[in-house]
Amino acid sequence: MNATWSRFNIVSIVLGFAFLYLPIVLLVIFSFNASKLVTVWGGFSTQWYVALFNNRGLMDAAWVTIRVGLISATVATVLGTLAALTLTRYTRFRGRVLFSGMVFAPLVMPEVITGLSLLLLFVAIGFDRGFMTVTLAHITFSMCFVAVVVQSRLMSFDRSLEEAAMDLGAPPVKTFFQITLPVIMPAIVSGWMLAFTLSIDDLVISSFTSGPGATTLPMKIYSQVRLGVTPEINAACTLLIAIVAIGVIIASLANKRREVQRLRDEQAAQRG
Amino acid sequence: MKSLGSIRRDFAPWADPGAKPYISFENVTKKFGDFIAVNDLSLNIYEREFFALLGASGCGKSTLLRMLAGFDEPTSGRILLDGQDLRGIPPYRRPVNMMFQSYALFPHMTVEGNIAFGLKQDNMPKAEIEARVKEMLRLVKLEQFAKRKPHQLSGGQRQRVALARSVAKRPKVLLLDEPLGALDKKLREETQFELMDLQQSLGLTFVVVTHDQEEAMTMADRIAILDKGEVMQVATPAEVYEAPGSRFVAGFVGNVNMFEGRVAARDAGIARITGASGAEIIVENAGDAETGNAVSFAIRPEKIKVSSRRPEGAVNAMEGEVFDLAYLGDMTVYHVRLDDGQVVKASSLNASRVTEDPLTWNDRAWISFPPDAGVVLTR
Repeated sequence: MNATWSRFNIVSIVLGFAFLYLPIVLLVIFSFNASKLVTVWGGFSTQWYVALFNNRGLMDAAWVTIRVGLISATVATVLGTLAALTLTRYTRFRGRVLFSGMVFAPLVMPEVITGLSLLLLFVAIGFDRGFMTVTLAHITFSMCFVAVVVQSRLMSFDRSLEEAAMDLGAPPVKTFFQITLPVIMPAIVSGWMLAFTLSIDDLVISSFTSGPGATTLPMKIYSQVRLGVTPEINAACTLLIAIVAIGVIIASLANKRREVQRLRDEQAAQRG
Repeated sequence: MKSLGSIRRDFAPWADPGAKPYISFENVTKKFGDFIAVNDLSLNIYEREFFALLGASGCGKSTLLRMLAGFDEPTSGRILLDGQDLRGIPPYRRPVNMMFQSYALFPHMTVEGNIAFGLKQDNMPKAEIEARVKEMLRLVKLEQFAKRKPHQLSGGQRQRVALARSVAKRPKVLLLDEPLGALDKKLREETQFELMDLQQSLGLTFVVVTHDQEEAMTMADRIAILDKGEVMQVATPAEVYEAPGSRFVAGFVGNVNMFEGRVAARDAGIARITGASGAEIIVENAGDAETGNAVSFAIRPEKIKVSSRRPEGAVNAMEGEVFDLAYLGDMTVYHVRLDDGQVVKASSLNASRVTEDPLTWNDRAWISFPPDAGVVLTR
């Protein structure tokens, strides 16, 4: 196909990218603003980054967010993987449709409802809201995303690999840990990263289920912004963007290198 | 040293009524829901035999193999291995190993790792594992590929890794599911002979599943021909070809011409068969066909002679017209339409470079064959 750089194409691309990324670019630029006014450029400065690291409230919130993210992503990955295994391996058991529906319902459930229902549950059973409840809530909603990612990998998994392992004398549990798990590991890692990302940027469910001393970064930022945007917040967001961007770039570079290496190997093998 | 041929010629435990079968399927039935994959099947396989299960897809041959390996349990009936009932024994405790059609090589392990996997499960000492892996690599000529991953190998190399992995544990029985299916024709022919050598040198019992009759004929001591979950015939390749037990087997293995008719007269082994159009065929091996039976006379194309004149003294001869011919180099296949409308295939070897009496399209021609060239089938 011929790429034609007509005026129309150029304009639509520029507008499209501007719509998507201009706000982020502005945010990054203004995080280096020397002026305290968020919308007026007063020269280059990194003072807000210094201020950010001295801001106990924001740093505490960041630490809570990371801990909640790590724990909830890990537990959700274990549970989501088990759910995916059950759904792909045991295609006929009583209540399978119900189970599958319940596993995937949080995907489409409005967050407000998930958050509110969890809040009601915690209140009803007298569970003090705090770090535990936020983490539990995050496990609940991110588990289904892990299940989706792992299930799609398991669908294309060649069962004869497991049969071969058992045929060679490995009992089922050993087969799972030595064959199945290593082969589906990339999907499990993607699932974990997805769960972690969802957890660290969740606002709605965290707001419902969090309590004193367990304020997450998005909650903190949101509450501060309501009092007026400070350049400190811009700096915090810029750091978040940088971390996510670096993660994505590393992942895609590694993927690309693996792909190239694989292609080269296969061509070499074809030649004999 | 005995050659492969002489060992094979002497090897016929199935003909010895005192020989104990090594693997026995006893009235085995396997149902998947309402579908009957294997239907009340009984079969004996002897030690050190190279046994082929031959059939079209869906005939139950793979199910038989999977039941031997332990991935499926029979719905009824039992399977004995060396006198032991296999029911309830999980795949990882059965002394059989399988080579999978997809090879099922572990993608995250090297060639060495794949071959060593089964040995590690037995807690074999490390030094012994290393020695065995080396020996296996040498056996399949892959020494320099030990550190490669499966995706860095060609199809033929992967096949050999799969083979090495499945024989590394020295199983009593090796099961091979379409072992050569993914290879190209030339490689397939070479590998057939490698497999036969391997089976002889390791002294293993091989059970191979295939849909390729040529493959089964080349490699196997005996072939079981399966259809719809039932055994149609179990016999040596030569018996299957020259003395098929039924119309199905005759039609399934190789090319065949079938003449339908009725036994008009029968005297000792010799029978006279009359076709619908009145043509007569004299047959020496009439089997159990009796006078009045509706039978098929089956004859292979290479047993039929084609000539432009009626050969003198021919017992069976029919006249027709060459309606098609295919020159294949080593032989020529004639399609002769007889005067009663039936088309007969006849192949003749091109033993000399020039034919004196070349037949071509639309020529009048005679087909002829001796009385012992074909068989009479009642089933």
